[in-house]
Parts: sequence; C-alpha cells; structure tokens
Amino acid sequence: MSWPSAFTLVREQTRYQILTFMRSPVGLFFTIGLPLVMLVLFNALFGDGTVDTPAGSWSVQQFYTGGLAAFTAVSATYTNLVNMVPIRRDDGILKRWRSTPIPPSIYLTGWILGALTVALLGVVLQLTVGVLAYDLTIDASKVPAMILTFVVGVAAFAALGLAVAGLVPNADSAPAVANATILPLAFVSDIFIPLEDPPRWLDLVGDIFPLKPFVNSFQNTLNPLVDSPGFTWDKMAVVAAWGVVGAIIASKTFTWEPSTSGSKRDKRRRHKSPAASADFSG
Amino acid sequence: MAVIEVRDLYKRYGGIDAVAGVSFDVAEGEVYGLLGHNGAGKSTTVEILEGHRRLTSGTVSVLGADPGESGREFRDRIGIVLQTSGVEKQLTIREALRFYGSPSRDPRPIDEVVEMVGLTAKIDARIGTLSGGQRRRLDLALGIIGRPEILFLDEPTTGFDPVARRESWQLIQQLCAGGTTVLLTTHYLDEAEQLADRVGVLAGGRLIAEGTPEQLMASAPNTTISFRLPDGISADQLAVPPDAVVEAGVVRLETEQPTALLAVVAAAAVECGVELVGLSVKRPSLEDVFLQLGDDDHDTEVSR
Repeated sequence: MSWPSAFTLVREQTRYQILTFMRSPVGLFFTIGLPLVMLVLFNALFGDGTVDTPAGSWSVQQFYTGGLAAFTAVSATYTNLVNMVPIRRDDGILKRWRSTPIPPSIYLTGWILGALTVALLGVVLQLTVGVLAYDLTIDASKVPAMILTFVVGVAAFAALGLAVAGLVPNADSAPAVANATILPLAFVSDIFIPLEDPPRWLDLVGDIFPLKPFVNSFQNTLNPLVDSPGFTWDKMAVVAAWGVVGAIIASKTFTWEPSTSGSKRDKRRRHKSPAASADFSG
Repeated sequence: MAVIEVRDLYKRYGGIDAVAGVSFDVAEGEVYGLLGHNGAGKSTTVEILEGHRRLTSGTVSVLGADPGESGREFRDRIGIVLQTSGVEKQLTIREALRFYGSPSRDPRPIDEVVEMVGLTAKIDARIGTLSGGQRRRLDLALGIIGRPEILFLDEPTTGFDPVARRESWQLIQQLCAGGTTVLLTTHYLDEAEQLADRVGVLAGGRLIAEGTPEQLMASAPNTTISFRLPDGISADQLAVPPDAVVEAGVVRLETEQPTALLAVVAAAAVECGVELVGLSVKRPSLEDVFLQLGDDDHDTEVSR
C-alpha cells in the first residue's frame, strides 16, 4: 500500500478545517458576520463623508469597504488561529493528530488553507455588499494587485497567528492575547477611523506593525486616487517580512502537547462558551 | 518474536528518575498490562514507546525501530487510545473517522470500524451528542482506524462505572482476538487480570514484578480463612493457631494449607456444638499481591 498523495492529504486536511470552522457558529459570526455589521453601521453613520488623504479626498464608502475587508482577512487568519490552535492543543486534539501518520507540514498547511478559505469568503462577501449597497467600484485593472495583496496578507497573518498560538501558554489566555494584540492596532491602522494627521508616534506604531501596511495596501487597490495597477510594494514588503518572522517563530514554538496547567473543569467551561465569544475584534 | 523491547530504560525529570531501569518484552499478539499507581512511571514509559517523549538512557525498540527517531512509517503501524485526548465535537462519527483515517496507507473501512465498536446506529450523530460510553467506543474506533499492529491503551476504563467497564473489557477482548498486540496501562488490578496475558508491576519507576496474572497471585500463596468467633467460645477452644488475628470478634487466619487448617477448626467447632458464622475461605486477589509488592518497594525506598 502506498501513501495517500500530498494532494489528497492537503485536500482532506483543508476540508476538515473548513468543516469544523463552519460548524462553530460563534467563530463564524465574529469572523464573517460582525465585519458586515460594522460595514453597514459605519456607512449609516459616516456614509456621505469623504476621507482626506495627502493624495486627495475619496468617499468613505470605498475607504470602509477596503479596510473592513482587509480586517476580515486578518480575523479569519490571525485571530482565529491564535484562538483555536491553543484550544485544540489543550483538548489533546493536536496530540491525537500527532499519533497519526500525517506529516506535520501537511497538517499545518491544512490550518493555513482553511483560514485562507474563510478569509476569502469573508472578503468576497464584504466586497459584494460594498458593490451592491454602497456604490463600491472595483477597477478591473487593479484586481491582480488586490489578489496578490490578499494572498501575501493572509499568508503573513496566518504565520503570525501560528507563531503567537505557539507562544500562548494555554487556551484560557488565548482570546485575551488575540484581542490585546490586534484591537489596539486596529484603531491606529485606518480600519475603524481614518487617521487624518495623527501624532507622529501613532503613525510610526501603525507603520511598524503589519496591520496598517496590509490594510493600506488593500485599500489602495480600491482607492480611485491610486493609479492602476495599484501595487503598494513597500508596504507589502513590510507585511511579507512580518510573515517570514512569524513562520520562523511558529516553527520553533509549535507544540502538539497540551499545556499542563488548567484543570479539566476549566476545559469543560471553555466548551460551553467558545473562546471566540470573547473575541469582538473580528 | 518481541515487537516491543525495553532495556534498562531511564527517564529523568529534573534530577528525579520517573523511570529507573525498566526492562521488558512484549511478544507479537500478546496483551501486556503495565500496572501501577499514579506516578509509578506507566505513562512515561508508554509515551516513550509511542514516540511522544524521548528517553534519557537505555534502549527501546518498537516494531524494530526506535520510536524517538521514527516518523510517518512508525505512526502508521501503531494506534493510540488516550483517555485525555479530545476530538472535534462538531464532527459526526463518520466524518471524524474519515479525517483521522485519511493519513493512513490502508485505513479500515469506516462502516467496519463502527460495526466493531457497536456505533453503527450513531454513525451520523455529532460527537458532542454522544454519551460517555459512546465516546470511549469512538476513542477505540479512532485508535484502530489505521489497522495498527500495536495498540496502546492508556488507562482504558479510568472513571467508568462498573457496567461501562465490563462493556469496554468485552470490546477490548474482541479486538485482541484479532491478533493485535496490545500494551495496556491500568491501575485496576481486576482489569489487568481480565485483559492481560502478562502483567508488569511498576512502582517508583521500577518493574517490581512480572508474570501472568496467575503467577503473580501464586507469588503470594496465602489463603485467608475468616469467621465470627461464637459467643462464649475462645479462639483456643476452636484450635486456632496462635498467629491468628482476632479483631472485633472476627478471626482471620492466613495459611498455605487451607484445607487442613479448615478441617481442624471445623472439627473443633462441631465438637463445641457451635456454628461458625460468616465463614469464608478467600484466595488472594491480584490487588492484594500488588499492594503487598508496592508496600515492600515503598519500605525499601524509605529504609535507604
């Protein structure tokens, strides 16, 4: 008997990840549903305004759809992996997989492709709602830039998610870590509020961490003031560099073994209120 | 032929030997029980054999390979049933068996496995809706989906009620009848007696006794005779030997020749015209043997 092909293994792992995610209503709501709610809310509140940037002003509708679509992609990858990997690790699910003949690289590929699929679903939904309800225009000549920006961002944030999941001591602290790392950054990264003339240090913080470079690169592919083809290479390079760092850290910190702290009772309680319920960042 | 060989195995954690010089063999098709209290070194030993932990010194060979060095090929040939391992509650039994079987070269057909563990009626039920006993059956099913040559069963019935234990034993016995080699850990002596062909008793990281359950029991051959001392009759009047224990009116006699002793005591009782209330003749259980061995070991630890 020969081994199943790498393609079959990756396909099964990806299916498994997507299926388990799609059957977690809470995670699904926070990742896909909440950004859509925010899109509707922000447009209702600020829909008629314009965003002023150094290059000129553009409509708030275009600004929010791009920013929230990018944020959905980050929630589907980074936030979900930081939440879910430690839970499955502490539940002994990772250890169970470790006792099967699955090659570790394929197992991790399944996590990443599952997250990517959810991210794609969320982004397509955001853009569809934007086009149908908020006059969002998508410039066909900038679609390649949009796709590449999405792929680089999703890969980088998935790698960062695995890295942070490896550093999180146990499943109980995972939601706090996910929120504490992503929420403050979201406020200085042009997602919820367009930063017009922020203090210099805030600008710097946004530029150093990968969230704002990713959001801005993605917004640029929808920004009518940015010319085709719309690649923002310098910012994408920052995102990619963070992704490489994340992948290196993840390869060193990933573990199959449950943490020894945390009692069985804690685990049961956790199942009743899935970790994602504490996650309102997505 | 031995499929598991352990020689002088040591595992040290922070200067303490969790496993201190353990050696044993498990033959192909044999059910071997590792017996001991919590902290005796059972789980550490088994996790080294499964490849989940590295040994400190000694040699270990499982299916001719060093589990610490072996990868995919090795894990395709073993099955592990861990009580503490969760499984995704959102999946159905069929889905879980499909996904967990997918990395194997030759997974058993899902319907066949489900039939073996008696979960056919539940195959499309979400795992979150299963009862505790059904979850154990699923754990076993997940352990055997890849057609393992060796099955590791880590405390398969810990926390079970008596009915569930009996059911699990039957299930494991059926699986063992198929010729799979099984390494079982337990701290229940009756479980080892029920399931294992041979038993190794671990205490303080050492293998302090090994043999078939019968051999282990034979190593403490004393049979206990006990009865309530009738009112107004002394132990002497019943020809009870001086080493007997009399406690709260109950006489307890340990002997290697229960038939002869009982004949003497019974004759004396008949002569006095009394009935021996609560008369019992008991062979030692494996538990008695095991606790005795564990205590001996404990004593030597203390005296050192």
